[in-house]
Amino acid sequence: MDRSSRSRRFAPVVAVAAAAALTLAGCSSSSGGKKSEEGGGAASAGKATTPRMTVALVTHQAPGDTFWDIVRKGAEAAAAKDNIKLVYSADPNAGNQANLVQNAVDQKVDGIAVTLAKPDALKSVVGKAESAGIPVVGLNSGLSDWKKLGLMEFFGQDETVAGEAFGDKLNEVGAKKAVCVIQEQGNVGLTQRCDGVKKTFKGTTETLYVNGTDMSSVKSTITAKLQQDKAIDYVVTLGAPFALTAVQSASDAGSKAKIATFDLNKDLTGAIQKGTIQFAVDQQPYLQGYLAIDSLWLYKNNGNYSGGGVQPVLTGPAFVDKTNVDKVAQFAAKGTR
Amino acid sequence: MDMTQQAAPAVGTPPAPGAKQTDGRTARRPLALRLLARPEVGVFLGAVAVFVFFFAAAPSVRQGSSMATIFYQSSTIGIMALPVALLMIGGEFDLSAGVAVITSALTAAMLSYQLTLNVWAGVIVALIVSLGIGAFNGWLLVKTGLPSFLVTLGTFLILQGVNLAVTKLVTGNVATDDISNMDGFDQAKKIFASSFDVGGVQVKITVVWWLVFAAIATWVLLRTKYGNWIFAVGGNKESARAVGVPVTFTKISLFMLVGFGAWFVGMHQLFSFNTVQSGEGVGQELIYIAAAVIGGCLLTGGSGSAIGPVFGAFMFGMVNQGIVYAGWNPDWFKAFLGVMLLGAVLINLWVQRTATRR
Repeated sequence: MDRSSRSRRFAPVVAVAAAAALTLAGCSSSSGGKKSEEGGGAASAGKATTPRMTVALVTHQAPGDTFWDIVRKGAEAAAAKDNIKLVYSADPNAGNQANLVQNAVDQKVDGIAVTLAKPDALKSVVGKAESAGIPVVGLNSGLSDWKKLGLMEFFGQDETVAGEAFGDKLNEVGAKKAVCVIQEQGNVGLTQRCDGVKKTFKGTTETLYVNGTDMSSVKSTITAKLQQDKAIDYVVTLGAPFALTAVQSASDAGSKAKIATFDLNKDLTGAIQKGTIQFAVDQQPYLQGYLAIDSLWLYKNNGNYSGGGVQPVLTGPAFVDKTNVDKVAQFAAKGTR
Repeated sequence: MDMTQQAAPAVGTPPAPGAKQTDGRTARRPLALRLLARPEVGVFLGAVAVFVFFFAAAPSVRQGSSMATIFYQSSTIGIMALPVALLMIGGEFDLSAGVAVITSALTAAMLSYQLTLNVWAGVIVALIVSLGIGAFNGWLLVKTGLPSFLVTLGTFLILQGVNLAVTKLVTGNVATDDISNMDGFDQAKKIFASSFDVGGVQVKITVVWWLVFAAIATWVLLRTKYGNWIFAVGGNKESARAVGVPVTFTKISLFMLVGFGAWFVGMHQLFSFNTVQSGEGVGQELIYIAAAVIGGCLLTGGSGSAIGPVFGAFMFGMVNQGIVYAGWNPDWFKAFLGVMLLGAVLINLWVQRTATRR
C-alpha cells in the first residue's frame, strides 16, 4: 500500500517526464501533424466604430457538436467586426434554454439571437424580452414558428426543403433505394430532413436509427443494414462524421452503396475530393451565426430588417460536390464551412 | 458455419464452473443445478434465446458476415464491460467510464498531432492519463469514503467538460484533426482496429482482444489471490480488511483497470475513425454497466463472473443488430431493445431462482 501511494504521488511527474522524453527521443512524425498545417489568418474586413453593444446568442447545442461550433464561429466573426460583446450560451434541454434567455433579458442586453428547436417552451420568455424592448431574431430552427413568436427576422434552412432538394439530387444521380440514417431519435429537424428526402425521391426510402454518441455502434448498425438489404444503393447521413463512418460500413458490408450527407466538415470535403462521398448539402451554419448577430447591429444602427421582417432568410441548401469542393475545402480546413 | 461460429464462446462456459467445483462449496449438489446456480448460466441461456430468436426471425443473421458485425458491436461494449464487471464485483461502479474512453482517444490524437509526434507517443501518454483517471477515482473514493456514485459522477462531469474545453482550446474545433497520415498510425491500427479473414468473413480484431481479455479476467478472478481479494472487498470490506486483504490497493487497482479498458476502447475508436468528436461517449457508461449486470454481476458487489459480461455484451450487440437485420419498424427501435433486454434478464432471474430453490 505504501508502495502504491508513493507511485501515485509520482505519477504526474512521470507522465510529464515521459512526454518530454518522447519528444526529445525523436519520436516525431515525419508526415502529417500540426507542422504540416499551413497557417492561414481568418478573414477580416475592418471593424465598426459604432458604440459598443452586447448581444446574447442562446442555442440548443449539445456539448461537443461540430456543427454548432461553426455557428458560434460565424457569430463571433460578426461580433468582432461590429464592435459587439457576444454572450454565448447553450443547452439542449428546452427549459434550461428558456432560463438562459431569461438570464440574457435580466442582463438587459441590446439584442438576443435564439434557436427555436422547441418553440412552445421559449414562447413566454421571448415575449418577456420583447416587452422589455430587446430585439429578438431567430436562427437555425423554428422556421414555422418565428413569426408567431414575434421575432424580427429568421436565418436558417427549411429542413423539409433541404430534404426535398436532396431527394431531387438522388433522382438525378440515378439512385434506386436509399437509407436515411438518423443519429438522434426524436429530433424534429432530422426527421424533417428524411421526410423531405422521402417526398421527392422517386425510389424507396428507409429510415435507420443509430446511437450518435458511440461511433463504433453507428458503424456496425449501418453495416448491419447494408448486409440485411443488398438493394440499398445510397446511404443518406444527417451529419458529416456519420457520413465518414458510413463509408467504412459500406466497405465492411461489401456493399456498393454510395454515401451522401447533410452538413460539412473539413474531413468530409477531403472525402468528396477523393470521391468516397458523393455530395453534401450545406446549410452554411457560419452564415446563420454571422447573419443573426450582424442583423441586430444593422437594426440598431440603421433600422434594417433582413428579409423585410416577413420572409425568412434561407442559408441553405447549398450543394457541395466534386465540381465546387475545392473552393469550399479551403474554408472547411479553417473550421468555418 | 454460422452455428460453429456461435458455438465458440458457448464451449467456453463449462470450464469456468468446472474450475469452481474444487472449492468445496457446491460439491454435494448435482452437476446440473451447480451449473444453473452459476451467475453466468442465466445470461448464457438468455443470449442463446435471443440468438435463436433472431436466427429464426431475420434471414440476414444467418450469414457469416452478419455474425461478424454482431460480434464487432458486442466486442466494443464487451471490452469495457469486463473491467466494469470486475469493479462491480469489487463493490464499486464507475459512471465516468463512457466519457473516459473519449478522453483517452482525444489525448492520443491531440498530443500526436499538435506536437507532430509518432502516434505511439500519443498512445502511451493516453494510457498514462487513463490509468491516472482510474487511480484518481479510486484514491478519492478510498480517502473520503464517499460512495462511488458521487465520486465517479463528479469525474464524469469533469471529463465531459474537459474533453470539450481542452479540444476547443487546442484545436480550435470540437473534433480532433485527422492523424491517419502520421508515422506509426498503420502499425497502431493493426493492433487496435484491423480485421482479418476467417473463411471469407472479415472479423474485427477487437473480437479477439475481447475474448483474450475475458479469458485473462476469468483466470485472475478464479485462480489468483487478487481474484479472491476482489470478491472479498466486494462482499464485505471490513471483514476483508480484518483478514488481511489490501482493500485500498484492490479498489484503486480496479478503477485503474477500468482506465485501462477505456484506453483500449479509446484507441480502437481513434484508429478506426482517424478523428474523435469531443462530445461522444455520454451514456455509454450505462451500457457497460448494463452488460455487466445482465451478465450476472450484482449491483451490491461480491458476486459475479468475467464470462457473464461477455454474454451480456453479446446479448446487447445481438439485440441491437438483430432488430436491424429483422427490418422491424425503426421507430420502435429503443422500445424493442428495452423489451428484449428485460426479457433476457427475466430469463436470467428465473434460471437463478429455479436453480437455488431446489
